[in-house]
Amino acid sequence: MSDTIEKVSIIVSKGSLEGVYPALIMANGARAEGIEVNLFFTFFGLDVVHRSTIDHIKVATVGNPGLHLVTMAGGLPGVSSVMTHYLEKKMGKLDIPPIHEFVEMIADTGAGIYACKASTDLFELTKDDLIEQVMDIITVGEFYAMAAGGEIIFT
Amino acid sequence: MPIATYAGKAVTVNDEGFFEDPSQWTEAMAPEIARAQSIDELTEPHWQVIKFMRAEYAEKGTGPTVRVLGKTSGVSVKDLYQLFPKGPAKMAAKIAGIPKPRGCI
Repeated sequence: MSDTIEKVSIIVSKGSLEGVYPALIMANGARAEGIEVNLFFTFFGLDVVHRSTIDHIKVATVGNPGLHLVTMAGGLPGVSSVMTHYLEKKMGKLDIPPIHEFVEMIADTGAGIYACKASTDLFELTKDDLIEQVMDIITVGEFYAMAAGGEIIFT
Repeated sequence: MPIATYAGKAVTVNDEGFFEDPSQWTEAMAPEIARAQSIDELTEPHWQVIKFMRAEYAEKGTGPTVRVLGKTSGVSVKDLYQLFPKGPAKMAAKIAGIPKPRGCI
């Protein structure tokens, strides 16, 4: 085993704000260290590369004990939007880019961005529905071939 | 502390090769540090980034992250990774003789 990481393949399966940012930060941070990166968007993670949803990723306010919010309150209309807005404002102050800009930046760093074929089939999406940074829609087998020799991170 | 010799002068660096004391750095050292990181020749855009790193460090006490570089150095993120393939902020900081920038973005 080498004591340095040369390549990571990060699977993004969640479509909530708190589910997406860690993966993007890890991908961007890996590129900043010169590590090769592939991002693979699957299931609700596809929202991050879908043209009509990428700008509407929200914090999950129900079933999220980390928010320390009464469950009933989390389900009220607008609560998720307000929470998202609040977090986005805080992140903006720390110069953490909005998701759309972040994905574009990560693509510019030379990371590979891919969508999962099983998920695009399930949600009846084609490459035209996805942002231009998506290089291809690939199968799980193709993903493993691409990830070979590196680390795989599932988020 | 390890000692490295660039342009005929001994300088103190940390275990990763970053300068401990940025005031020991001179422009004449940059090409040699770059070659050690597989950058054979420092072109004009390389220098643009290196000088920006020095200026940011002098002003803020820490080197900029890739995002800040992309937004304010005049070199795009895409081009930064062409110039410094093993991580622009990290490589440019090393060549510019400043500590490694600490930041997650």
